[in-house]
Amino acid sequence: MNPIGNQSQVVGNGITRRDVLKGIGAGAALLAAPGFVRYSQAQTSEPIRIGFQCHRTGIGAPYGRWYDRTTAAAVKLINEAGGINGRPIEIVIEDDGTDAARGSEVVEKFVRQHKVDLVYGTLFSHVVVGSAPTAGELKVPYYVVSEGYHVASGKMNRYCVQPGITDVKAQVRSVAPWIANNLGKKVTLVYPDYAFGHDHRDYFAPAIEAQGGQVVAMVPIPPTETSFTRYLPQIPRDTDVIYHVMVGPAVLTFVKELGEFFGNSGPKLFGFIDSLEAVDLKSPGLEFLEGSHFWEGMPRYAQADMPDYEKFYREAIGLDDNGASVNDARDISTAAHMFGCWETLHIIKRSMEACNYQGPQDRQALIEATEAMTEMEAGQEHPQGKKVFDGRIHQVFGEQNISQVKEGRLEVVHRTSIEDGRYEPEGDYTKMSF
Amino acid sequence: MSGSDTTRTILLHGALLAGLAALDFVLPDYHHGVLARVMVLSVFAMGYNIAFGYTGLLSLGHAMFFAAGLYGAALPIYHLGWSVWPSLGAGLLAGLVLAVIVACLALRTLGVAFMIVTLMFSQVFYLTTLYFTTYTRGEEGLVLQQGMRTLALPGGHISLANADVRFWAAWTLFSLTLVITLFLVRSRFGRALVAIRENEERMRMLGYDVFASKLAAMAVSGTISAAAGAAYAVLFGYAGSGFASIQYSILPLLWVLLGGAATVLGPFVGTLIMFYLIDTASSYTTPHMLVVGVALILLILYFPKGIVGTIRAKWLRWLP
Repeated sequence: MNPIGNQSQVVGNGITRRDVLKGIGAGAALLAAPGFVRYSQAQTSEPIRIGFQCHRTGIGAPYGRWYDRTTAAAVKLINEAGGINGRPIEIVIEDDGTDAARGSEVVEKFVRQHKVDLVYGTLFSHVVVGSAPTAGELKVPYYVVSEGYHVASGKMNRYCVQPGITDVKAQVRSVAPWIANNLGKKVTLVYPDYAFGHDHRDYFAPAIEAQGGQVVAMVPIPPTETSFTRYLPQIPRDTDVIYHVMVGPAVLTFVKELGEFFGNSGPKLFGFIDSLEAVDLKSPGLEFLEGSHFWEGMPRYAQADMPDYEKFYREAIGLDDNGASVNDARDISTAAHMFGCWETLHIIKRSMEACNYQGPQDRQALIEATEAMTEMEAGQEHPQGKKVFDGRIHQVFGEQNISQVKEGRLEVVHRTSIEDGRYEPEGDYTKMSF
Repeated sequence: MSGSDTTRTILLHGALLAGLAALDFVLPDYHHGVLARVMVLSVFAMGYNIAFGYTGLLSLGHAMFFAAGLYGAALPIYHLGWSVWPSLGAGLLAGLVLAVIVACLALRTLGVAFMIVTLMFSQVFYLTTLYFTTYTRGEEGLVLQQGMRTLALPGGHISLANADVRFWAAWTLFSLTLVITLFLVRSRFGRALVAIRENEERMRMLGYDVFASKLAAMAVSGTISAAAGAAYAVLFGYAGSGFASIQYSILPLLWVLLGGAATVLGPFVGTLIMFYLIDTASSYTTPHMLVVGVALILLILYFPKGIVGTIRAKWLRWLP
């Protein structure tokens, strides 16, 4: 007997027109009932709500401004292309004040008041670390765009992921071979004497030693210093390269005093652009940087050989050739980091589509879908370049740019490989329970 | 204080604690979590109020006591694998010891000098947390995993990461501190502190050991502040240098001024209002601190004694 034929026969014989009308009526009543409307809509067109933890105020405000613009541009693009699983993205923004305690409160507000599907966007490491326990307790996916080594350390929780920007350990390891081969092997580190600087100190020293180089001196600068001249004599005379990672408003003074101290005969300089994100390289005092080199996650200045997808990305965000806003040439972007927002949102989209995300009940599946990712090809979704994701440590690895200051602009002179930055994972989130 | 005032005081504060407990069952999720945070932070404010409100010691360094409790509890859990109870004890002890040491030195000064000396000590503490980044992770801070935050009770272990448990833990700490503060300020010792605030020379002339009283006030104040810090670490799972920064010395001052200095309920009222002021304003505007600033100016103009202080001055003179 054909079961399908038999079934249709039963339906045909068993259901009257009155039964059908009753069924439709009951179904309509159920759909109209409070609570169910929301559910039924969620299956179709209700927006996917993403809580954007934004540094609108505090020390991270310049980053927050550009993270906001990048997010808006990426969401516009995704929504115009049909959204995620046919649903548009809706961004809900809360200011975390670049403060760890407020960051944690904001995560709670997103989940419990705004009822978001996930939280995203944080940059400063202390806000990530302060917010991570709350994200873990509320079991909400927390996609950070921070470049800290916190997520990759394996010490956060299963809900924290960093799939759109590389971490500082990988960045430092990537640039070490180029520094040793091109600038010199005797390096003096000048760094702020707190966690951010310590990361550079701890990861760079072994990386340069692996290249046959050595750190000849370490010069930690206390965070309250506003003048640096008295630290500069600590730099040994046989130093080939000064590796500097000063951040905050004092960086302009630091670079100026460094230039005045050494004149034109000093060691070569290598820095992380973090120091000068959102700062015009033509600012008075920064002329001492001419000829020096910087790490850049993504180039600030339009490069001659820029691929089309990078041009598309810059145009979508509204960047001019100098990496400033097309509306205000003085509004310099945080180009080396903000691409992470664009790429992370595309990864969220891809992960949601992979697990057919319907609502908060699928949050674990969403994390598992991200964990399952491996390679990401360069293109419109990944304009910074090709990436490899390690699901065990929830961290992405990518290529880095080394740029030289030439006539007040940064020109990319070398692009590292993904393998340059890879390291052995120190944890495995996939073995951690939800 | 008359017997009827005592009854009214007990009834009012008892009603507040009962009301807060009842809110556990009715508050929406978000506000439930907010109230738990506010109760912990208002313990910090109550500690500050003992020094500033009742004794007249305008400290700009109480962040160090909060952070001493925070790190005193978090570091043994994180590095030594201690359980929650002894870590909380370590947090309290850290706050007490630091408060006594700092007070012994800072109390040699008065007024503005006291303010500056406490600020300097606090900055030293803040920079120390950065200097020992290897252990504290400095401004980035440490995460206490959920598994590290289980509380051993006679009936078994409970996780402090659970929202309800956290609420009741915060309520218990808040209630204990409220009762201790109430008892303290109504005691002979509390009245001596107020008298020192009003006229230190006169108290000295009357034969009181002013230094010892102020030292004791700072010790109690520092220990209560540290209790809030230790509770914050184990309830919210994070310890970072930011809590030792100047911002966290200014905040309890603002909370106490807003709620009413030298009132038992003022610190809670001030913390609650300030939290919602920032929380609401930041949802609507980026310069939300401007809104907070305007609110504080209005407060100084129309409620110079703070909210509870003004209520006491105008209507309920029996309020402690």
